[in-house]
This record gives sequence, structure tokens and C-alpha cells, in this order.
Amino acid sequence: MSTQTTTQTLTFARAITEGLRAALESDDKAMLMGEDIGRLGGVFRVTDGLQKDFGEARVVDTPLAESGIVGTAIGLALRGYRPVCEIQFDGFVFPAYDQITTQLSKMRYRSRGRLEVPVVIRIPYGGGIGAVEHHSESPEALFAHTAGLRVVSPATPQDAYDMIRAAVASPDPVLFFEPKGRYWSKGEVTLGGPVPDAGTPGVLDTARVARAGEDVTLVAYGPTVATALKAAEALAAEGTSAEVVDLRAISPLDVPTVAESVRRTGRCVVVHEAPSFLGVGAEIAARVSDECFYSLEAPVQRVAGFHAPYPVAKLEHEYLPSVDRVVDAVDRALSF
Amino acid sequence: MKIDATGGSDVAPADVTPLVQLVAPDGSRVVGPDDAALRERVAHLTTDDLRAMYRDMVLTRRFDDEATSLQRQGELALYAQSRGQEAAQVGSARALAGQDYVFPSYREHGVLHVRGVDPVDRLRLYRGEDHGGWDPNEHNVHLYTLVIGSHALHATGYAMGIQRDGLVGTGDAARDAAVVTYFGDGATSQGDVNEALVFAAVNNAPVVFFCQNNQWAISEPTTKQSRVPIYRRGEGFGIPSVRVDGNDVLACYAVTAEALERAHSGGGPTFIEAYTYRMGAHTTSDDPSRYRDLAEEEQWRRRDPVERLEALLRAEGGWDEAWAAELEAEAEAYGERLRDGVRALGAPAAETIFDHVYATDHAQVAAERAWFREYESATAGEEVAR
Ligand SMILES: Cc1ncc(C[n+]2csc(CCOP(=O)(O)OP(=O)(O)O)c2C)c(N)n1
Ligand SMILES: [Mg+2]
Repeated sequence: MSTQTTTQTLTFARAITEGLRAALESDDKAMLMGEDIGRLGGVFRVTDGLQKDFGEARVVDTPLAESGIVGTAIGLALRGYRPVCEIQFDGFVFPAYDQITTQLSKMRYRSRGRLEVPVVIRIPYGGGIGAVEHHSESPEALFAHTAGLRVVSPATPQDAYDMIRAAVASPDPVLFFEPKGRYWSKGEVTLGGPVPDAGTPGVLDTARVARAGEDVTLVAYGPTVATALKAAEALAAEGTSAEVVDLRAISPLDVPTVAESVRRTGRCVVVHEAPSFLGVGAEIAARVSDECFYSLEAPVQRVAGFHAPYPVAKLEHEYLPSVDRVVDAVDRALSF
Repeated sequence: MKIDATGGSDVAPADVTPLVQLVAPDGSRVVGPDDAALRERVAHLTTDDLRAMYRDMVLTRRFDDEATSLQRQGELALYAQSRGQEAAQVGSARALAGQDYVFPSYREHGVLHVRGVDPVDRLRLYRGEDHGGWDPNEHNVHLYTLVIGSHALHATGYAMGIQRDGLVGTGDAARDAAVVTYFGDGATSQGDVNEALVFAAVNNAPVVFFCQNNQWAISEPTTKQSRVPIYRRGEGFGIPSVRVDGNDVLACYAVTAEALERAHSGGGPTFIEAYTYRMGAHTTSDDPSRYRDLAEEEQWRRRDPVERLEALLRAEGGWDEAWAAELEAEAEAYGERLRDGVRALGAPAAETIFDHVYATDHAQVAAERAWFREYESATAGEEVAR
């Protein structure tokens, strides 16, 4: 396969489409499965055109059963295939929760490395799109709590492209959380290039500094990276220089990149849509207090969802981390 | 049999399965060799009864039209039409007794209409201002469930409760109770629905599984879910099963009445496949032209359930122009009340986010509520940078 590259302006959703296309082209064992992903191209059109190009055996409209999708993906993977499953919405992954946590995550471990199940599970997640119940949730911590699963979430079209390719190439199961509220955001994407090498740490293992700064570190991933960047912009206008770290991976967590930043800034604010209680921010706060104790000027702040079910759409902007709430948390950290 | 790897087998669900039908598309009564018992079940229905069913169907369709345009105007976040399925919903719901309980999915607007759930309340969920919208115990109608198939198990468990309450087979029609659960063709693939059939069967639970096979699960035709006609799924679990013409309100009424009689008297569950058609899009977010033919839509338009009942009324002298005009005016007024009612719904107070998470105090919720209250009052009136 050619390793030539081209650069295009693409939406986030389209960048994933192109990443999937590249994976289907470079690996004839790669396949896609999910509800409405074929003819319709998925409810978000992420797989638009792929069934036409790769056929019904490689882009499969499955029966309406998430446990069935993931369970059969495990079987296909045991037989040498690399299934990429689409879960239609975050709230509908739970019928598959058993297969993911009791089977998918543990197959390598319990076979002492003899078996490999390189399944990718794509989950559009997060809120802010005015949807009805079960269509706006952020269940990533539930999966990150399970050893054996890699859990990642891109924040830019380029990362979406690079990370979905790396996810398909990964020998481990990957939970690929797509911030659906960002699907229509656009960016320059360099397409092509070599298939990511699973052996070397890359986009699935490392955080990225999305904006450099000196006074405070904002840690975000997926949908809240854009919120953090906007907050950094607002803070800059007030004379505060915020660094934004985009985690990209939640499991594994790139603690060194976060710690290096916080040691410089002395302050850390974590931003995610999922509830703060026992969430990713709690883990980061613990790691930061471990690694940066003598550099900290203030306790780690969290701006996150509440310990309540995701609310009705009319109230979701009260629930979701907003620029105002991030700025407020930074103020608290600065005035501590 | 041969199976290829393209997601289909060469055995398509046969469309040749006989349907229970009591009224043909042209409005004439169907008299089959072995449907005397079912015909008996509708024999008592008077012209007024038929008109009442017609009214239910017309108002349900009006509800659909109004809700769809409210969504277009930005008053609703989303809406899922029941268009084309009015006979299945009204016919089955009209067979229910007051003490029976309904577990709907999310498209059963005709059922809710018959049960008396307030039309404005029915749209609260779709407006994004409530996750439910009505008091389930007021009309014995559980809330809509959006996770496909989950509620089939709840319905079965509820029916097991009715058994334990001794309200099956009492012989007293005013006391015997049962449950009806509604779900789609796509839902029959879910584990939960299959487990519900298992539990209902082994417990002989008084529950009716009413599957509206509207031919589509979003973009996937029924052939992606099953290689046999859907009703035969029920048979596989040892549950008496029947396929009924879902666009024939009398046939739907009759088979549901029969199933309820079985449930009430201790005969256990029944699986009904109402063979019908989703005439509209899956929801207001969907574009069916991407995956289905206009010819198919046209073919089903000719089997419109509302028109069929009109044809029956006309054929049997039950149609009256003055009455029809009155109904039209009623539908007009109904639509106006619905529009006004929905527009008048505000947003709930922000702090309700923290209400009803638990029955009693919970430290995390309490702390977050306190923080939220303080944050809201401190930032009230400040410019929103979001
Ligand atoms: C567990 C789950 N998976 C996926 C979805 C997304 N979804 C909503 S409706 C639908 C199709 C349902 O088809 P069917 O059961 O035939 O009911 P219909 O909408 O046709 O009435 C899907 C896949 C969901 N709501 N729940
Ligand atoms: Mg359907």
C-alpha cells in the first residue's frame, strides 16, 4: 500500500469515515458491523458509502442486538478478523456490557496470551445535541475501570483519523468514544501514511498539548477539549495563560504529560462531561497529587457532570461543563 | 440451505403466511373458513363502536401531523410517528380492560390515546423537558422505553406480580388482569425480548407480546432480523402465536381480545405479530429515501388503515357526512389545543436536575446541589461565555 499523503479539510465524522476506509483497504480482515451502518451509512453517516465500496460481507447491517454485535465480533476476531462495531448511541452499549467486560477484556489474560480479540467498539457519546434520553451519555469511566480494554477519545479530525486507524491495527480491544457533538466540526486532515505500528506508543497511548500555557493546566478529552480551548481563550483575555492537555487516551492514562504540565503551572482543572464522582478526573486528581505535590498551588479542580442521570435536553446546558464553569474553576484555583 | 456472507440467507421470511383478516382493504368483511370465533369477537360492535374506533384513529393521525410540524418548528427535539400503525394500536388497546397494564415502546401514540393519557403530556419526552411525562399508574400505562426491548421483561415481571396477587383466573371479568407490551420487529432480535418470552412461557404469565412488524427497523428491513415470519418466534418459545393484519382494526381487536381472555383466565402468554407498515420516517431525524422505494410506500398507502375503516363504515351504512364533518372539526380543535399546550410548556427549573435521584438524602447529590445553587446565584445575570 502506498504511504503517500494528501491533506484535505474534513468534518470530524468524515475523518473517521476515511480512517475506516484506510483500514478496510490496508487489511482485508478488517470489517465493520452495526445497526443501520450499511445502506444508510449509520445514523451519523460515519460509514456512508463504505458498504457500497467494500460489500455486504465487510460492512454488515446486523440484527438489532448489541450483545449479539459484540459477541459475534469476538468470535470473528478469534477467527482472525478485525471487527469494528458501531454502537448507535452511548446509552445503547449496555446490552453489550457483559460481552465487553466479562469476555472481550479478559480473553488475552485468561488464555495466557494465546488468544487475541482485536475488536474496536465505536461509540458516539456525549451531550449537547438536544437529544432524548440515552442519547447523550458519557460512560467511558465504566469501561476504563475494566482492565484489558483500551479506552480512547479523539478531539480533532486529524486525531479521529489517526486514532481509528491505530485502533483497528491494535491487537487489544479498543473502546473508541466519538464526541458526537463534534462530528460536524472541521479541520485539516492529512490522509494516508503508513499503517500505525501497534508496538510503538502513539496516538492511542499519549496525551497531546493542545495549547501551551503557564498559569494553569486544563485537562480534557473528547468533547471538552473544545470547551477547554475556548476557556483558555477567555482566560487569555483576562491575562491568565492556560495550557490545555488533550488526553486522547483514558486507558492508558498518560500521566507523565499531565504531570509535566502541572509541575510547571502549579494548577490543574480537569474537564469532562461524565459525572465527577469516581470519574476520570478523580483518577487524575489522585495522580497529580502523587506526582506534583510540591508544585501544586491549589487543589485539583473538577468541572464535570453531576451525580444524577443525564437530564432532559432542556436542561443539558446547565449540566454540561461550560466555558463559564471552567473559568470559574480556574478562578478558584488561582485565588486559593 | 445455502447461506452466503452478505448478511442474508436464501430463505426470505415468507410473505405467504396467512394473515388474520376480518376486513379487506376495500372495506368488505372477510369470511374465512376458520375465523368464526374471531368474527364472533367483533359481532357485538355497533356502528357507534366502529365510529369511536375511527375517531381514535383520526385523532391519532392528527396527533402525528401536529407533533411532526411542532418538531419542524423547533418545539420538539424529536418525534416518532405512528402513521400507518393506527389500526394495530387502536384495535389492540380497545380490547384492554381498565385494570390491564400497558408497557409501550415509544411510538404507541394510538394506544396512549385510547388509554386517556393527556396528549400534551405525551409530547413532554419528545420536547426534551421530561424523561417520562405522565403518571403511569393513572392510566395503567408505563412510560415510554427508548432502550429497545428492555420493557418486555418489565411487562413480564409485572404480569408475574399479577399472578402472585391472585388476579388471574378469578372468573370475575372486572378483576382478572393482564399486561400488554408493545415492541417492533427490530426489537425481536434483542436478548431482553427473547428472555421475556422465556420467562413468560415458563411462568405462564398473563402477558400479551404485541409486536408491530412495520417492516423496518430504521433502515433495516425485517429480513435482517429474522428468516421466518416474526410470529413464529413466539411459537419457538411454546407461546401461542398469531400474525394479524395490522391495518385491520377489527382483526387487531379480535386477536388481542382472544389473547387477553387467555391471559385473564390463566392460559398464559400470547405472541401477536401485527403485520403493518411505518408509513412515515423512523423519526423526524430520518430520511427513508436513502433506503426504501417509493413503490413500496405507495403499495402500503393503498392499505391505509384509516381509509379501510372508512370504507367499512361506508359499505355498511355507518358513514354519515354530518358526523364526519363534526369529527373533522373536532380534530381541528384537538390540533389547536395540542399546539397551544405544547408551546405553553416551559423548561423545568434547572435545579430539578437533582430531584428524584434517590428517595432519601445522598451526600454526593446534596453537595452538588448546594454547589449548583450557589454557582447559579453567584453567576445570575452574568454574561454567558458558552
Ligand atoms: C438497545 C438499543 N439499540 C439501538 C437503539 C437505536 N434504535 C432506536 S429505534 C431502532 C429501530 C427499532 O426498530 P423496531 O424495533 O422495528 O421498532 P420501530 O422503530 O420500527 O417501531 C433503533 C436501532 C435503541 N433505541 N436501543
Ligand atoms: Mg419496526
